[in-house]
Amino acid sequence: MKKEILKLRGVKVHFPVQAGVFNRVVGHVLAVDGVDLDIFRGEVLGLAGESGCGKTTLGKAILRLVEPTDGEVKYISLDDNETELTSLEKKDMDPFRKKLQIVFQDPHSSLNPSFTIFGSLQDPLKKFGIKSKEERRKIIGDLLEAVNMRREYMDRYPHEFSGGQRQRIGIVRALCLEPELIVCDEAVSALDVSIQAQVLKLLMQLKKEKNLTYLFITHDLSVTEYLCDRIAVMYLGRIVELCDSEDLYNNTLHPYSEALISAIPVADLDKQTKRIVLEGDVPSPVNPPKGCPFHPRCPKATDICKTEVPTLKKYSTNGNEHYASCHLIDLPEIS
Amino acid sequence: MEDKNNIALSVRDLKTFFYTNNRCNKAVNGVSFDVEKGKTLCIVGESGCGKSVTAATIMQLLPTLSRIEEGEIKFQKDDKIINIEKLEKNGKEMREIRGSDIAMIFQDPMTALNPVYTVGFQISENLKYHTNLNKKEIREKCISLLNDMGIPLPEKRVDEYPHSYSGGMRQRAMIAMAMACNPKILIADEPTTALDVTIQAQIFELMDKLKKENDTAIILITHDMGVVAELADNVAVMYMGNIVEAGTADDVLRRPTHPYTKALLESVPVLGRGKNQDINPIKGSTPDPYNRPIGCQFAPRCNWQTESCDVMPEITQINETHQVRCHKYEQFFEKYK
Repeated sequence: MKKEILKLRGVKVHFPVQAGVFNRVVGHVLAVDGVDLDIFRGEVLGLAGESGCGKTTLGKAILRLVEPTDGEVKYISLDDNETELTSLEKKDMDPFRKKLQIVFQDPHSSLNPSFTIFGSLQDPLKKFGIKSKEERRKIIGDLLEAVNMRREYMDRYPHEFSGGQRQRIGIVRALCLEPELIVCDEAVSALDVSIQAQVLKLLMQLKKEKNLTYLFITHDLSVTEYLCDRIAVMYLGRIVELCDSEDLYNNTLHPYSEALISAIPVADLDKQTKRIVLEGDVPSPVNPPKGCPFHPRCPKATDICKTEVPTLKKYSTNGNEHYASCHLIDLPEIS
Repeated sequence: MEDKNNIALSVRDLKTFFYTNNRCNKAVNGVSFDVEKGKTLCIVGESGCGKSVTAATIMQLLPTLSRIEEGEIKFQKDDKIINIEKLEKNGKEMREIRGSDIAMIFQDPMTALNPVYTVGFQISENLKYHTNLNKKEIREKCISLLNDMGIPLPEKRVDEYPHSYSGGMRQRAMIAMAMACNPKILIADEPTTALDVTIQAQIFELMDKLKKENDTAIILITHDMGVVAELADNVAVMYMGNIVEAGTADDVLRRPTHPYTKALLESVPVLGRGKNQDINPIKGSTPDPYNRPIGCQFAPRCNWQTESCDVMPEITQINETHQVRCHKYEQFFEKYK
């Protein structure tokens, strides 16, 4: 039986827009606007979407690196204890920080250049009660070896490493407290293709060894297909489609996912498909369009799309649960 | 390839070196290729392999610490053949070619546009120097260019500054600028790397249209094999300053003959192949350009390495269009036939 590790209910993150002499609030950027999502233990959940759709903000809101404006993030421990994370005091959040970790996008700016690798990486260990330096060195050394780097590298400075190596150090940083869930925020996007494959393989291997759960945030759908069990597609702060990764490619329900998939260049001459070219850009999240947020760019939009906001409904494709929010799906809804 | 009249640009044995701190970086080390009219040549490779330097060399936009060491860049203008490498960098002839006959789209539209001039002004500069149009005609041409690029309300947008354009629109404005004088050759240096896939699809559609309508030769520089499969007629794979494999898209993608090309193709997950596909990373990382391997540059990362790889392999012609730079290509080709 699949067990949840995180339950998100109606998570919203709104950033105020300030203007004028007195910095009055003139509006809100609706970065994440009501997301319901369950993450199961041991799965890789992909979060895909264009830039500005709120995928990174959602990832950070789970860890409370960005405070959610509204909604619940529930953590469920192995012995079924539920804890609501958003209402916790900062201090009480600490034990959960150990269990939920993040790998950042840019390996060049996420390491402090004036500390050695050991200097940067030992802080969390210190904080969580590993007093002896020997032991800290051992933990970090072991992890460096686990990501195919040499133990001695811990006494070097970040500038001595290449992009791929730095990203692996970022992974070590996330791993050193033995977390249960890692949010990978575009963890491979800044890397060259050959290095990207190395890091992807490493992530899969670590997942098996350490029983991890990943929330894998990326804009690259070919990577999500390879890596993820389930994929959530986001558009303007909302999830528009959520299903098993195979179903997303074989039984696409939402026109946005369809366009997104068709736009990806495929490195295979036999698999060329017709591109669906979307008009225009992603609308501003300060002032999202009325009705379905996707309707101004949707090739299939009808009148109902302009007025009514579709909700995420449950369907079944291939015998699997398949959620999508679109008025135009003619499959029977499952309650 | 035989028909000389079809070739818009021909590069032979080009070498561009950079000099810093008494060291020499052989960024482009003997590159040869031809670009045909109305065809797209894709140059693929990882960062640091010299693909952007090749483009900058053709445009004579190299920084001061570098120079063209050897080789020829022959550009066919009307019926004359001009040797670009012999022209003075900022001389009259080079300035005449740059922007009008050969135009370039840069990687990052956020930094390539000047924020203190309107988009219209920046497009019209090209027209001002390269054509005899008067002010009013130039403005009309700007508007029609923006309109062709699919920018809504071009009459209004032409007077706006780059900051009020979105990323995709800025890139389209860049393309409008490059296309202003109907260039014979368009060099696009990673034109969509900074953009989302949906916007990328729009830009590709546009480039396809331009190629068909104006018979423009396009040199597209990219690191994405997917882009190559979609757009390329001809492909050149670069590694550490050399072209290791070149040919038609069919040759290179269906029958890769160089271990590096094969490795590049295998290292990216392909959409639609599902979870069970195998991706194979290339071991190690690209060598330090100041401390290169002797002989074949790819040898230290190659699974097929032997002693013979200590000597730089020569270019071998497999068939009329397909060429490769590897000692072991025959065995390699046999195995993956």
